[in-house]
Amino acid sequence: MAMMPVSTEVGPSTPPVIAAPGPRGGARPALSRILRAVRSNRKATVGTVLLVIFILLALFPGVIAHDNPSAEIYGRSLGPSGTHLLGTTALGQDIFAQAVWGTRQVLIIAIGVGLLSTAIATVIGVAAAYLGGWADGLLNLLTDVLLVIPLFPLLIVIATYVQNAGTVVLVVVLTLTGWSYTARQLRAQALSLRNRDFLEAARVRGERSFYIIMVEIIPTMTSLLVASFLTNALYAVLFGSSLQFIGLGDPNSVSWGTMLYWAENNEALQTGQYLWTIVPGVLILLLGASFALINYAFDEIGNPALRPVRRQRVKRAR
Amino acid sequence: MSSVPADFPGSTAFPGSTAFPGSTVASRAADLAATDSAVMLEVRDLTVTYAMEHGTVTAVDQVSLDVDSGEFVGIVGESGCGKSTLLFAIAQLLGGPAAITGGSVRFKGRSLVGLTDKQLAAVRWKDLSVVMQSAMNALNPVKSIGSQFKDAMRAHGVRSPQEIAERSAEVLKMVGIDPTHLNSYPHQLSGGMRQRSMIAMAMLFTPDLIIMDEPTSALDVVAQRSLMVQIKELQQQLGFAVIFVTHDMSLVSHFSDRLMVMYAGQVAELGRTRDVFDDPLHPYSRGLLEAFPSIRGPKIRLTGIPGSPPDLSLEYHGCRFAPRCPRVMERCQTTPPELYRVDGRLVRCLLHEHGRDSAGIDSAGIDSAANDTAESETKAETDQDVRSEP
Amino acid sequence: MTEQAAASPGPVTADTAEPLLRTDALSKHFKIGNTLSRRTLHAVDDVSLTIGERQIVALAGESGSGKSTIARLLARIYKPTSGEIYFLGKPLSRMHSRPDRLKYASEAPMVFQDPFASINPVFRISHGVLRALKLHRPELSEQERYAEARRVFEVVGLVPADQALQRYPHELSGGQRQRVGFAQALAMRPRLIIADEPVSMLDVSIRIGLLNLMAQLRDEQGVSILYITHDIASARYVADRLIVMYAGQIAEAGPVEEVLANPRHPYTQLLVSAVPDPRAQPHVGAETDRGEPPKVIDPTPGCRFRWRCPLAIDICQTVTPELTQLAPDHDAACHVAQSGAEVRAFS
Repeated sequence: MAMMPVSTEVGPSTPPVIAAPGPRGGARPALSRILRAVRSNRKATVGTVLLVIFILLALFPGVIAHDNPSAEIYGRSLGPSGTHLLGTTALGQDIFAQAVWGTRQVLIIAIGVGLLSTAIATVIGVAAAYLGGWADGLLNLLTDVLLVIPLFPLLIVIATYVQNAGTVVLVVVLTLTGWSYTARQLRAQALSLRNRDFLEAARVRGERSFYIIMVEIIPTMTSLLVASFLTNALYAVLFGSSLQFIGLGDPNSVSWGTMLYWAENNEALQTGQYLWTIVPGVLILLLGASFALINYAFDEIGNPALRPVRRQRVKRAR
Repeated sequence: MSSVPADFPGSTAFPGSTAFPGSTVASRAADLAATDSAVMLEVRDLTVTYAMEHGTVTAVDQVSLDVDSGEFVGIVGESGCGKSTLLFAIAQLLGGPAAITGGSVRFKGRSLVGLTDKQLAAVRWKDLSVVMQSAMNALNPVKSIGSQFKDAMRAHGVRSPQEIAERSAEVLKMVGIDPTHLNSYPHQLSGGMRQRSMIAMAMLFTPDLIIMDEPTSALDVVAQRSLMVQIKELQQQLGFAVIFVTHDMSLVSHFSDRLMVMYAGQVAELGRTRDVFDDPLHPYSRGLLEAFPSIRGPKIRLTGIPGSPPDLSLEYHGCRFAPRCPRVMERCQTTPPELYRVDGRLVRCLLHEHGRDSAGIDSAGIDSAANDTAESETKAETDQDVRSEP
Repeated sequence: MTEQAAASPGPVTADTAEPLLRTDALSKHFKIGNTLSRRTLHAVDDVSLTIGERQIVALAGESGSGKSTIARLLARIYKPTSGEIYFLGKPLSRMHSRPDRLKYASEAPMVFQDPFASINPVFRISHGVLRALKLHRPELSEQERYAEARRVFEVVGLVPADQALQRYPHELSGGQRQRVGFAQALAMRPRLIIADEPVSMLDVSIRIGLLNLMAQLRDEQGVSILYITHDIASARYVADRLIVMYAGQIAEAGPVEEVLANPRHPYTQLLVSAVPDPRAQPHVGAETDRGEPPKVIDPTPGCRFRWRCPLAIDICQTVTPELTQLAPDHDAACHVAQSGAEVRAFS
């Protein structure tokens, strides 16, 4: 009886199967994998749909709201009607137009802060973890100091100093105060990866540290990077709007936060102009929720252990 | 029933444990005498499935097994064969997406499947206990060993501190650990000692059956052997039955009475250990046995088993081992083999469908009804020719 | 205190020629404890070993014996506390420049133990091989690199190579991933592969395939392998020489058959007796050994095996035995064995 050759076939062995499913375990394109994941997870679906709506609003505001958001030409404090879907402000502006056009600035701030914060947090967090020693100590000191300072007072101080903070300033301010939180998380994960065999293998292979950090470590942390982006975007929506609400933003810009500012200034709630306050508030809530939902969903998608478990019906005793 | 000589060196007289409810030496012997021939555990056609996103996976497929009182049964298989799942199913520890979807588990005549947690708690640890894989990591790192024993005993109704202290010291001595270690924390003990203390914990109530899931896999070869010898000794003294799951066939060979080889969720072969070792009938058992290089004896080139275990989320028409089998026949791809009884063993292989190695004759297309097991003896000679390999 | 260089087939090594790799009194100590109680862990102490060309040398021992530390010292992941490593006669401590370090990395690569952690899960499995080629054989064009990657995949048995190169790690089994590890090492055209327990985490039926691969690499590619393991049976199957380590020191060394047939050191005898052999008759001796290798922290002089050794004599308590030759090409570090007495500690 001849001996079996010792070569191995790549991929799963091919047993006689009834219905061969599609390329099993094959490398499906990342996009279709993401789409499938989003559809299967309810949180992801809701969050994504919301976010897509907001993005569309930000990209094509004119298509949906035909009125000029800043023009104070309409009747004042009108209730909702056919011409003004959400009524008008005490200054004669159309609330619906403001809400729609305001989406743009809020999203720019959210995405801008998200990306920038994550970039800084990644560089600092991963470098600290990988380099270790005094570099780690120094970067940690920097991170911790920023973490410990109370956030909102710091924001107020900076924004007051700058005065009439426009979009760019808001993004910068929010980034500088926000990166430290996720830097800690990224450092922690990078630390746990540091002694993984494949990194040692890369080192033994002769790769330089910079290469290892950029090419070997960071790509394996994508889920945490996405989480960091979403966390920072959420933070930017909430705190950016808060800054605008207390008047530190540019009051002439069109944004949900500035709507709240003007509504407060004109005592909207006390005078019965509820929609003026509620509309921007609810929008902030929804956008924040969409980031949060996608964040949760990403955790579940990335870590199967967190998924809701389908329990089977157990057979009763015989 | 055991393969270890009676004058086993190193056996110590069992310290008479008196104050402990229901488990004095005398009454234990009486128990055994009365139920000597009783089957302790009866597993019939047990099936366990996992509900996964992309379909159900049948991890355990109609497995049947009897364990007599005082018997040492080894379950052997590689990763993915379902042996750990089987163990969890027997101990009613399945959770989440896994559940028993068929068959029965009867322990001392009583069905375990479907019992409530409260009913199970009465059985657990008193009559049936479990030692998990890498049990040394299952110990609570912030509690001393003694306090963990105390927790276990109090959970089962033992309250008196004196009883607890006495019994804890007793079981530790049984596994060869100095009782002063009751005050030690897990990290202060070595891996071998932690494993032994888990086994001690499993024996607190001298159960009738202890299920062990790879208790030695994280230990070095010397510690492993020492532990196996200790387990065997205790089994002799105290008379409990053991189900021992491992991927290391050679380890269990000297200690188990019967051996079950699992593959792809099914029983491949089941029989007396010595029989299975001296003469494995299933090509997988044979391949597995031959994958162990010998430390004594002639040095020969081995081949292992090419390929990988099958994906259990797919359905199979024929034998699951067919793609990797060195003696595969055409029929194997289309006819799923049942468990055939051959020489007092069970084998799931079409080669032995009508008795030992009947397929060698059968594949010529002769009507299978004409062959019956009475003829299997006369085939013994042809067996030698068919089975000899270079 | 050095071993004799092995006489291997082929004209490469003679007794006086420089062996492929040689260590001289290699030691590695780690500082443990906090500032209040600083202690030293002696992971490796005074190890002098030799590896010849076209040779598989097995380094066997329990966990804590120092074998993994030696692998990392040889792969330059750790720096020695004292002692020296010579590769083809050149001391590693003198290799500072990047070209030197790269050259050594290509001549003595390492294969890791855990097939599931040793490959980056994000990239295709061609990534590591192609990077290795890019770093160490810069003269190759991109096409040549790919052709070479295909070649090494074929050598290790991952066929069809073109398909294999496109897969992701999670699509491969443990055994296949370990073959990728060997392919990565081979791509650099090494003289010596340091294999740190390459089969320990694989299923039993898969191990033989990889052990056969290692033998094939030695025979057909002319590569030496340092095979680190705790499994003596596999060491016997694949290795030419066996070095047994205990508590950071070499206990015994020699040709594998000779050492296993006539173990001189009591620890080797213990190991041999503890290996379960399914084909042998069940055999239970006077088993008193509990199997606890020591943590060597601030050790005192004396044999480190003395607490477990049934033959320990007075001198074992005070003088650390040195590795001396007891038979042609067979060394052991044991006072009792060196005194000429018959050593039968564990049967």
